[in-house]
Amino acid sequence: MKVYIRSTGNISPQHSLNPDAFFSSRISTTENYFKSVEPDYDRFVDSKMIRRMSRIVRMGVAAAITCLRNGNVENPAAILTATAYGCLEDSSSFLRRMIEFEEKMLSPTAFIQSTHNTVGAQIALLLKCHNYNNTIVHRAFSFENALTEAMMLLQEGSGPVLIGAVDEITDDRHAILSRFGLYKKTGEEGRNIAGEGAAFFLLESQPGGSPQACLQDVQTLYEPESVGAVEHAIGNFLDENGLSMRDMDLILTPHTGNKKMDEPENHLLNSVFRGKACFPYKSLCGDYPTAAGFGLWLAALLLKEQNAPAWMSGIRFPIRQILLHNQNGNEHHSFILISALD
Amino acid sequence: MSAPVLIAGIGVVSAIGMDTGSNLQSLVTEKAGIGKMRWLQSAHAAELPVGEVNRSNEELANLTGLSARYPRTALLSAIAARETLLDAGWDKPDSSRTGFISANTVGGMDKTEEFFKQFSKNPAAGKLSQVVHHECGAVTELVADFLGIRHFVSTVSTACSSSANAIFTGARLIRAGLLDFALVGGADALTRFTLNGFNTLMILDKEPCQPFDENRRGLNLGEGSAYLLLASEKGMRMLNKNPYAMLRGYANANDAYHQTASSPEGTGSFLAMKGALDKAGMKATDIDYINLHGTGTQNNDIAEGTAIRLLFDPAFPKMSSTKAYTGHTLGASGAVEAVYSILAIQHGIIFPNLRFETPMKEFSFHPVTRLMKHQRIQNVLSNSFGFGGNCSSLIFSAA
Amino acid sequence: MDNLKQKLKEQVIERLNLKDLKPENIGDDQPLFVEGIGLDSIDALELIVLLQQEYNIKLSNAEDGPRVFHSIRTMADYITANSGIVKISP
Repeated sequence: MKVYIRSTGNISPQHSLNPDAFFSSRISTTENYFKSVEPDYDRFVDSKMIRRMSRIVRMGVAAAITCLRNGNVENPAAILTATAYGCLEDSSSFLRRMIEFEEKMLSPTAFIQSTHNTVGAQIALLLKCHNYNNTIVHRAFSFENALTEAMMLLQEGSGPVLIGAVDEITDDRHAILSRFGLYKKTGEEGRNIAGEGAAFFLLESQPGGSPQACLQDVQTLYEPESVGAVEHAIGNFLDENGLSMRDMDLILTPHTGNKKMDEPENHLLNSVFRGKACFPYKSLCGDYPTAAGFGLWLAALLLKEQNAPAWMSGIRFPIRQILLHNQNGNEHHSFILISALD
Repeated sequence: MSAPVLIAGIGVVSAIGMDTGSNLQSLVTEKAGIGKMRWLQSAHAAELPVGEVNRSNEELANLTGLSARYPRTALLSAIAARETLLDAGWDKPDSSRTGFISANTVGGMDKTEEFFKQFSKNPAAGKLSQVVHHECGAVTELVADFLGIRHFVSTVSTACSSSANAIFTGARLIRAGLLDFALVGGADALTRFTLNGFNTLMILDKEPCQPFDENRRGLNLGEGSAYLLLASEKGMRMLNKNPYAMLRGYANANDAYHQTASSPEGTGSFLAMKGALDKAGMKATDIDYINLHGTGTQNNDIAEGTAIRLLFDPAFPKMSSTKAYTGHTLGASGAVEAVYSILAIQHGIIFPNLRFETPMKEFSFHPVTRLMKHQRIQNVLSNSFGFGGNCSSLIFSAA
Repeated sequence: MDNLKQKLKEQVIERLNLKDLKPENIGDDQPLFVEGIGLDSIDALELIVLLQQEYNIKLSNAEDGPRVFHSIRTMADYITANSGIVKISP
């Protein structure tokens, strides 16, 4: 079922909170991780409530409030939050203290803030929103599954739905994932950059006002047996929406910069994506399970503006149809279809 | 609710039994599973009773052939999930019309705790194999892979209402025509992280808990796993059997009052229960039994009781909290209690609220204290209210 | 006693992350909870941990909290009365 992106709010390693700034300059990094460009949170939350919020909660809340302000909505019919890692900083903090103090004299705040539904709960608390509230925590499908749920809610007559993807980098997360060999040392070939972000969207079933774009469909593909299965799934996905690869004006690809991790994608570049304009969105936000949130924000922006920043090359306008492909470890593939408004 | 969502299979593992049959046996013989922890190692072992599943990780692993190095939550989940599929007789889990929506709050934290013992002293120390399944979604995938479910896999985590939300996410997918079968529910194992976390909130009972009692002292943590196999009408026909019950109503509301405490008026609880009734097209008087969230904390029980009074007064249905048997199984509780609600319908039994002594002075009603058999139970309301104000209620009806 | 009250103010601000407040903004008798500074039940739990960690006093009955933590003065009085004693709940 088609739904409409009424507004967005995105805190990321780029100037995404302010589209004008995003258009004028791109932020790069020489490290193997990105950190978000964060606003002054006092603009969004009272200091009495902020004092307890960890970084990921502040990012999520600020992005959500920006999205609601942009969409002129105070009380959404539903709040859906997607996060793969949850509130890592608080989890680490509580764990470390528990070990150091041998389970004695522990303080509650870090524990309370560590539960995965904290971001969604804090948003509801700030808005005094008693409506539907859910948190989806399924790795690189978290955001996509949340989008599916949002579309079903809209189909049932609820609306508008506030939905967001949040994940954070912490020192512990980065140290552990680095030990898995995920991120190469700075300056090495084939670098994968760790990323993070909080991207929120207000979705509705009718194009009231002036929505940014149309979200047509979402699909996940778990543990495909071969890259052929991925190609087949892409073909079917487009076919089910009455479209083919010919109709796609831009493919947002999940390239990470790491040659081994990008193998499936590079194969697709030579097969089904051959000859298509492509842009690797993770080069802007880094690699993390819910990066498709950033990708969707970018797609909606390009479709609305019908223009790209000068520093994004290879994209020709007008664009009507974007296919966003997210991929993680060749176990989690997902496809999101976004189009310009008619 | 238009198209019915039918329950084709059930499965449960808890402190009172390793499968549905033994859980039911414990329920009817009023045998609780709260006691001193045997498998979890904690500085609080002597003072905090828990509802622990009575098996070591090795024993749990032997039941399914999974590795004993997997997180305990995954081991519990696999046992209950497999029982559910076998119970339903559904032998094509890899079909494109089958999905798995599981809930948990702790993920692989039991292993991560071990890792952090070394890692926190030295960032190069600690076995990486202990954190590879840390994420909630990773635990779900271990079980999805074990069962062979691939088409749609997801994980929900909303504290104590997690598996209730997983249940109606599955129902939603069936009613949207995206699936014919949804294996839904959740699991959570005891961990030092959660035990200590709840202890900092000073809401744990040092004795076996007494939900809805005037002198209640708090909750006991528990662990477990439970699943339902939901089916569309078409799916049910493929199984060629009668459903246990139907999922008639469900609702999810947010208390939006405080991060951990419920509002005194029980706003979220009221909205969830009322929403479920509205969804089912029912009146309060249609409910024959309420399986309470009833954790035994000062705050939950008064908030839930206040919401019940507001909704049901003057005709209160029979009610009880089965957490007096199992402890609070957190992410699994919605599903464990869904299975118990379905058993209540199937067998016409109302389970007692064990160890209840004194009614709460605020209310004119109180829970059932003895096992009641030969009851005509058509509709059961099951409540799950969690941190973050996440409140969910489910209504099961005789098919 | 004045030193203790000053120290308590600094510790409360730090422990509860009350960045906008300075010790001189907190009156000795100003209510800490609900009205006044506006602390809540989670802050009360944090103050229980503060008592334990900094003053070796264990308040194991949370219901004593409202009385003990009413103001900086009541906290200081309690600490002075119970210093060196580990309180065991009846």
